[in-house]
Formats: sequence, C-alpha cells, structure tokens
Amino acid sequence: MADVFERVKDIIVEQLGVEPEDVKPEASFVDDLGADSLDIVELVMALEETFDLQIPDEDAEKIHKVGEAVQYVLDHQ
Amino acid sequence: MDLGGKVAVVTGASRGIGRAVAVTLAGLGAHIIVNYAGHVEGAKETSMLVRDLGVRALIHQADVANQEQVDTMMQQALQEFGRIDILVNNAGITRDNLLPRMREQDWDAVLDINLKGAYHCTKAALRPMLKARWGRIINISSVVGLSGNAGQSNYAAAKAGLIGFTKALAKEFGTRNITVNAVAPGYISTDMTADFSEENKTQLLSGVPLGRLGTTEDVATAVAFLASEWAGYITGQVIVVDGGMSM
Repeated sequence: MADVFERVKDIIVEQLGVEPEDVKPEASFVDDLGADSLDIVELVMALEETFDLQIPDEDAEKIHKVGEAVQYVLDHQ
Repeated sequence: MDLGGKVAVVTGASRGIGRAVAVTLAGLGAHIIVNYAGHVEGAKETSMLVRDLGVRALIHQADVANQEQVDTMMQQALQEFGRIDILVNNAGITRDNLLPRMREQDWDAVLDINLKGAYHCTKAALRPMLKARWGRIINISSVVGLSGNAGQSNYAAAKAGLIGFTKALAKEFGTRNITVNAVAPGYISTDMTADFSEENKTQLLSGVPLGRLGTTEDVATAVAFLASEWAGYITGQVIVVDGGMSM
C-alpha cells in the first residue's frame, strides 16, 4: 500500500509539477492539484505503463482523487 | 535547419512525396522509419537513399488502416531508436470516380487509408511525444481537400478531414509543445498524377501561376520546415504548396 502510494505520488508530482506534500489521498486531481483533462489522460497512461495495467475509459472516469488512483492500482495489480 | 538526432516516421515512404520527405528529413540529420504498405522495392530504395546521408533507416511494412500493424511499427521504432519526434502522415491512395459510379469499397478504402490511417498512426506516436514534451505531426492533405475536385469526392473528403483532424489536435496538444500542421500539395509530379492525359495536364498547368508541375521536393521542404525548430510557433496551419494554383 505504502509502496504503491509512493510510486503513484512520484508519477503525479512529475506529471502535474506539484509539491509532494500536496499529494494526499483525499486530494482531487482537478480541484486541488490543478489537472486539466489532458493531464488526467497522461496520468492514466503513466499509471498503465508503470503498473502494467490497461485502464478502460469507464474506469478512468471514476478516478478523481489520489486515493482512488492508488486503490485502483491495488485492486488491479 | 537541423534535425540531428531526431527520429521521424514517414508513412507511405516507398515512393513519391513520402520518399522525398524521408530523404529531405534524413538530409537534415533525422533517423527515418520508412513505412510502406506493398511496394517493398521502393521502400528499400528509399532507405538506401536515407542511409547514404549518414543516418539510420528502419523499413517497416504496415497497412496504416490497421491499428495493430501500426502499433507494432511504432513499438519497433521505439525499441530501435528510443523515441519518436516527428510523424508525417503521408500514406494515401486514390480511387477516383463520379459519385453515382463510386463503389462503397472505393469510398471506404480511401477514407480508411488517407484519414483513418492518420488517426491510427498519430494515436500510436503521441505517447512518446507527450512524454518528451516535444513533437511534430505533419499531415499531408491536398488542395483537393480545400477546393474539391470532380471525381474525387472520397479523396477530397478524406483530405478535408485531415485538415479538421490537424486543427483539433493542434488545440489538444499545444500545451505539450507538440505542433500539428498540414501541407496541401497541388499538382505534383508523382505516380499518382502520372496517368493524367496530356490535355488534362495542359489545362491544369494553365491555372498554375508558377507555370510548372510541383516536385516532390517542393512538398518535402515545406514538411521539413514544419518539422524543424524554426516552425516552433506554427501549429494548426495548412501550408499550400501548389505553385499558386488555388489562390
């Protein structure tokens, strides 16, 4: 769990150019971390690559917060 | 202009405009993925011309209308070169006929290769460009896509479609430093135009202020400019290379 969170956090920090301390499980990508729709697409692509996943659109649309992304990875790894 | 170290995928590079683009980009230092669908001898010749310029060439057969084949090509390019910087969507065919005589398969073939092919290739090449925060996508349209041409409703629709595709993508990926432009050639001397009758040629030329057919190099140099750093602030545009025909 902690390991996945750290790796997801690294991706988000790099992708969105935000401070690591702002990447909390309850943080919303759009509202708190300033992501636009293309950022989200790129995040999903990076998650797919890092964790060797295929994330269908209907699942990706449900990922709004950092914690949801982490949970998705844990559930599908 | 310098493209040293860049990697370019050129579709339909076994002859015509595609070959000239491959050779011109290679002359500026880019490594080239020479895509072709069926004309293997031509593709080999293109890659020889490319290698003679001191850069690397990778020949890859893929039907751009087939996403799977396109994905395989891009993956191989990435394995070989580790990056894709430039994509030139050039592969194209014609199946001319007046609309009442145009078979659905001729409509589909032209749309599948000329327009859907660009969708497949761009989708596959975008990933490394997004990561690199740098990319150049150049779609080879046609003046026919701007002004229409009797007997080419399928080709005109596909080429006009490429222009809309170009502009939408320019807006989608501008923030990632990926520029997307189109080049619209006019009457260029290639295999595709070789069958035109003398009468047809004479008539067409009378409408060209520069008074000559275009060469594939005329088109390729415009593509090279758009692929270079010099065109870094140009996106979503259509550069018409037609000797002034369609003013």
